[in-house]
Amino acid sequence: MTGLLDLDPAVVARARALARSAAQPVVELAQAHTTVSLERAVLRLAGCEGADAGHPAGDVPWVNRLVDVVADQVGLGHGVALPLGDAIARGEAPDLPTLAALALEGRLKLRLPDEAAAEAEARHVMEELVGAGIARIDAQRHERDRRRTELGDPPAPWIYLIVATGDIREDVVQAQAAAREGADVVAVIRSTGQSLLDHVPEGETYDGYAGTYATQANFRLMRRALDDVGAELGRYVRLTNYASGLCMPEIAVLAGLERLDMMLNDCMYGIVFRDINPIRTFVDQRFSRQIHARAGIVINTGEDNYLTTADAVDAAHTVLVSQLLNERFAHEAGLEDWQLGLGHAFEISPSVPDSFRLELAHALLVREVFPDAPLKYMPPTKHMTGNVFGGYLHDGFFNLAALLTGQSIILVGMMTEGIVTPFLSDRDLALENVRYVRATAGRLGEDLRPAPDGFIATRARAVLDESVQLLERIERDGLLRAIGEGTFGVTRRPADGGRGLDGVVAKDERYWNPASDHLEGI
Amino acid sequence: MGNPITAYGDTTGDGMVQVSFTLPLAAGARADGAAQLFANRMGIEPAMVVHSKAMGPGHSFFVVYGRARVWVDPDEVEVAEREYPLLSAKEVDARVREGLGRPLVVLGACIGTDAHTVGIDAILSVKGFAGEKGLESHREMRVVNLGAQVAIDDLVRAAHDEHADAVLVSQVVTQRDAHLTNTTALAKAFDAAFVDGRRPLLVVGGPRFEPAQAALLGVDRVFGRGTTPGDVASYLVHALLPVAPAVPAQPTPAAARR
Repeated sequence: MTGLLDLDPAVVARARALARSAAQPVVELAQAHTTVSLERAVLRLAGCEGADAGHPAGDVPWVNRLVDVVADQVGLGHGVALPLGDAIARGEAPDLPTLAALALEGRLKLRLPDEAAAEAEARHVMEELVGAGIARIDAQRHERDRRRTELGDPPAPWIYLIVATGDIREDVVQAQAAAREGADVVAVIRSTGQSLLDHVPEGETYDGYAGTYATQANFRLMRRALDDVGAELGRYVRLTNYASGLCMPEIAVLAGLERLDMMLNDCMYGIVFRDINPIRTFVDQRFSRQIHARAGIVINTGEDNYLTTADAVDAAHTVLVSQLLNERFAHEAGLEDWQLGLGHAFEISPSVPDSFRLELAHALLVREVFPDAPLKYMPPTKHMTGNVFGGYLHDGFFNLAALLTGQSIILVGMMTEGIVTPFLSDRDLALENVRYVRATAGRLGEDLRPAPDGFIATRARAVLDESVQLLERIERDGLLRAIGEGTFGVTRRPADGGRGLDGVVAKDERYWNPASDHLEGI
Repeated sequence: MGNPITAYGDTTGDGMVQVSFTLPLAAGARADGAAQLFANRMGIEPAMVVHSKAMGPGHSFFVVYGRARVWVDPDEVEVAEREYPLLSAKEVDARVREGLGRPLVVLGACIGTDAHTVGIDAILSVKGFAGEKGLESHREMRVVNLGAQVAIDDLVRAAHDEHADAVLVSQVVTQRDAHLTNTTALAKAFDAAFVDGRRPLLVVGGPRFEPAQAALLGVDRVFGRGTTPGDVASYLVHALLPVAPAVPAQPTPAAARR
């Protein structure tokens, strides 16, 4: 599927080099800071589960308690691992949750070990705990490989369906039904607003808004349900959830521990669409992606969102620019090409002349710039008008574009998009649409060659050129400034604004975190 | 009574309609019969079940054509007519210039946990919606778009600091009627914060709002699906700048407007 557009490899290489150099200052910024969520993720890797259930405002996870007490008593600049490892080494408590309970009673006195021997002991304690967590993630990765080998993978594109009841028990029923109807990937949408919570809720949950809370217990329950239905169907059914938000690192750890297969993880989504502080986001996304890399999880990026706020023709190049940045940040964090589910969408207004040819140009461009990435293609949402019959046709053209251009993961479009939550029959009709296109024209791409200087090839090259120009500007002015000026998704997000900035801490010289040592191979 | 009408298939008065639905029954003759009976009870007689298909083991989907045995008199229909004239962008600016003598300050936001800025951006951003440019494009308007997930208290503060003439709030998320509870909370907060009657005009909009809900929700105007920037601009001028007599430089007290 490469070479149809006659793209100049030197231009593509130039775009990549610009993305790399634009990302570098942000990577260095991320390396120089830690965040409360990153530190909590280290503690989750160290096996710290559970919550203080006695708080009047609701459960407070023990990891939040511990990070708060470290921040209060000795500061976070050196990380939580040293002072907490030291407390366990001194025999204050046998494990982290007990330490947290002590802290709650005001009976925990933390210090930074000053002698070499004490520090070595503190490090030893935390290395053991975190090492066990990493080993659990490794074991889950092997388990996934074992099941995939045993059951086999479905042919591309994989069919991605969503469940979003708010109640994990109902989600399980719906997810199994979706798998039986043909879903290769099931995504559990999170409760509205979870990305803005600065903690991960605990336990099984039954009361989400427009989605279900991402919790470790919910992950585990859904994993088991999909393993069961996968065994019944004879294929491995993948589970997806969402990392983006204020708790990216923690949710990434939980996804690794509970063997999720894909995670929505975009380097800028939280900034642009959730008004999360840019620095917080870049620090958190880097660590979360290191965890995903280790866990063998495929990330899904969120470029489709840009096209729901900006015009899909005018902003086509911002999608490619964001994909190149997402790729760079992902590679830097250790993810490989097969783990990059770069996102894009079929969102051009059908009233634009030749809109389908434009869609083909954009989809082919992305396919050819990222030949080894499992691209995730999103269906139309913006131009679904309420005319369900027209919407069904529109979704059919989306499916055709996906198959013609070799997309890897397709989210199945519903004709009732934007009207009601899909009826049982809507999902069935949507899958029938995919099957129809696949059966009648699934291999049509083999026969089609865009004319060398025709509409599609010319448009694709123009978008690539615009992307290079935008990357030149970003590289010159700085990525943070570009975000501040509303380059992506038209929303302006200054580096000193947004949520979660108070949870960002500069690392001091003694900063230490055993998870990063493992993940970066130190 | 005027002239009662019924649905039109291909002949006036034939009453022909098409419906589709799912019943919680396994596919089969009994399910088809139930679908026909169900359509009959909806007023479709005779009903033809032209398509039936199993939706998993316990449900069946149907497409039914048939004759609806109901008639309506168009004179019975109550239409919420637009209470203001639709103005061009030029006319809006001229009215603001003459009536206010300074730019009209419009503050926009999505409140609560709603991250869907599509609606507010369609009305405010230059890009606009349905071929109409948004309020930002008006020479005589100063638009402050606070974006997504703005806390109500922050919105009140911003309205105060910016001396907003009008506050526009869009809401897309409607689970458990969140859009209605959020709007009521919004109106209460503004009523409490602007006790001297200088509350800015409160306008909410979103695909699931009904324009008739305004009084119930405590806001000045509600816009539903398909609203364009021109609708909103024309309304703002109508509500804030009545044609006759001369208007004060500051926003009209909310109480006087209602």
